[in-house]
Amino acid sequence: MANMIKRVFSNLFGRPATRLYPFTRREPFVGSRGRLQNDIDKCIFCGMCQRRCPTDAIVVGKKPDKSWTFDRYRCIVCGYCVEVCPVKCLSLDPKHGD
Amino acid sequence: MSKRTIIPFGPQHPVLPEPIQLRLVMEEERVVEALPAIGYIHRGLEKLVEKKDFNQCVFLAERVCGICSFLHSVTYSQGIEEMMSVAVPDRAKFLRLIWGEIHRVHSHLLWLGLLADSFGFENVFMHAWRCREKVLDLMEKTAGHRVMLGTCCVGGVRRDITDEGLAEVLRVVDELQKEFDEFVPVVLNDYSIKQRTIGVGKLTKEQAAELGAVGPVARASGIARDFRETGYAAYGQVGFKIVTATSGDCYARIQVRCGEMYECLEMIRRAVKALPAGAINVAVKGNPSGEVVSRVEQPRGEVVYYLKGNGTKNLERMRIRTPTFANLAPLLAMLPGCELADVPVIVLSIDPCISCTER
Repeated sequence: MANMIKRVFSNLFGRPATRLYPFTRREPFVGSRGRLQNDIDKCIFCGMCQRRCPTDAIVVGKKPDKSWTFDRYRCIVCGYCVEVCPVKCLSLDPKHGD
Repeated sequence: MSKRTIIPFGPQHPVLPEPIQLRLVMEEERVVEALPAIGYIHRGLEKLVEKKDFNQCVFLAERVCGICSFLHSVTYSQGIEEMMSVAVPDRAKFLRLIWGEIHRVHSHLLWLGLLADSFGFENVFMHAWRCREKVLDLMEKTAGHRVMLGTCCVGGVRRDITDEGLAEVLRVVDELQKEFDEFVPVVLNDYSIKQRTIGVGKLTKEQAAELGAVGPVARASGIARDFRETGYAAYGQVGFKIVTATSGDCYARIQVRCGEMYECLEMIRRAVKALPAGAINVAVKGNPSGEVVSRVEQPRGEVVYYLKGNGTKNLERMRIRTPTFANLAPLLAMLPGCELADVPVIVLSIDPCISCTER
């Protein structure tokens, strides 16, 4: 029991283990998977991301429409689309909550 | 014989993280029989394999469980790899082991917190979950997500851990070791915990064997059985020690899981040191055809995947036998004879994961 005394004092006088989110935020870790972004100017509308998406969250309209739509609520942030994108226009932004 | 009453335990109960109902047949304060009712969170995940590409189903398998998610994707991927005769690179096998064991530590810490919560020991609950937070941060740093790692794929893993990442893994492992050294002896020697768990929910070795108990429940009853012994992934090269206890009560289950947490840290250290260089995955061509049974030791015990492919990109059948399902029959054998106040402790002692069970 004696080895818990240090912990008792650190609990009493130390900083809390939690943060006052959303007022205090932790910086996201490098490589953390967040919301999907598409640099639409680079996109070639090949449809690879649509075919690979396990939740059918992406819909790509090919020529002549050329559209790229994405349902954020269906996305499971797996990053499969980012992996297969041939021009690397897709990315996962680690920031969230804004 | 005194009058019998039936008390419904669940599906909504403060100690249950997920819904399951146990109808407890009571004689005064004592449980005579427990009748289970499951089916509250069936999601039809097995059927979905017929609609999705077998590569996409790795993510589907991962979502069978919200706690041991990575190990589900490993089981599924190993099954498909066996069916398609794919040789996974060594580095990928080691990375699967490292993430798998990190997952086991996080699952056992979660369980320890929930068990402590079931008998009102809030301090242990908060302490265990504070430690678990470090494990979750480690998973996010190395894999990009706190629980749904999404790093396993058919043919290997999708993401490598850099040298800095491995150094971070070792640093967190050392930190966790210090934390465990501090509070695990307290948990195991605490008067209140001993009072609430010793001799409660006893399962003999014979009962455990007869009823098909798996994982820590079986090992706490003295059955030294662990599927990692077969050496799948890199377990054969890293090696490990099976943690067992003999008394078969709730306290023995705490002993086994606490012992396993230490063993996990040791295995992660050995795997990081022995991590070979090289590719992390191989390209997989063609579609799966044939039948295979894939098994992996999860934090709760052995999970079994039956996979059947027909040469198309969609599987014909996937059947999952989760460890909690196997441990339900032993649970029903533990309950008769106990007092009503001990039911939450006994139920939590098997570490029930109902969403896995119902898929």
